[in-house]
Amino acid sequence: MKSEYKELDNLLILKITEEIDHHTTEKIRRKMDNEITRYMPRKILLDFNEVSFMDSAGIGLLIGRYKTSRLIGGTMEIVNATPAVKKVLEMSGVTRIIKITEGQKIV
Amino acid sequence: MRGLYDNEMKLEFLSKSSNEAFARITVAAFASQLDPTIEEISDIKTAVSEAVTNCIIHAYEDEEGIVKVVTRLINNVVEIEISDSGKGIENIELARKPLYTTKSNLERSGMGFTIMESFMDEVNINSVVGIGTKITMKKAIKKEEVQETISEEKNTKLIV
Repeated sequence: MKSEYKELDNLLILKITEEIDHHTTEKIRRKMDNEITRYMPRKILLDFNEVSFMDSAGIGLLIGRYKTSRLIGGTMEIVNATPAVKKVLEMSGVTRIIKITEGQKIV
Repeated sequence: MRGLYDNEMKLEFLSKSSNEAFARITVAAFASQLDPTIEEISDIKTAVSEAVTNCIIHAYEDEEGIVKVVTRLINNVVEIEISDSGKGIENIELARKPLYTTKSNLERSGMGFTIMESFMDEVNINSVVGIGTKITMKKAIKKEEVQETISEEKNTKLIV
């Protein structure tokens, strides 16, 4: 996972670079929580461009981080989800609470 | 001896979470003989990942056990059997329910069976408490007619 914080916008960009399953979620969760508690961002952008696989472990992970972002009064958004990941997100209903934005370029 | 199936493979591995990716990638590679689409392959990978994860976190919990995966190809159908000798499921009907989980403390979403059922054509659960669980899933790989249409400007293959 790579992270970038934009102080001016109080924006935290988290770019997930591994497949998301039960095996990888613990590590990803720890890293995400570290970054979130460090910056207390108003907005969290999750870049899924490099996530080629995600199963229901990812749903739990996302709902958990969404709750955290709500607690600190922020919002969370997913960008660049691949078709396979988007299918899991839509099927599970996560898209009803977390916004999915398409085709956003993040430098 | 030629069996009932066009092809068959068996895997056995320890219930370690690092084997989740191994299992789904191996089944997907085997199933690719039927020439599935990218979407069909990713559906199969996701369903296998869910079933294998269930064996690891629910069936064996903190103990180590053996997870068995049998994959068969029958005409254009992929049949996957994933079994364990773990603790078994007490209430299958409840386990199938979307959002139902016994592990909410681990941030589990309770969507495992729902995903298996929506990504595969058929999912059967056989479970005996104290003996183990066997999940059998089937998915038909759609035969798509590939028309090699040569468009006027570009040489592109169109899948109709």
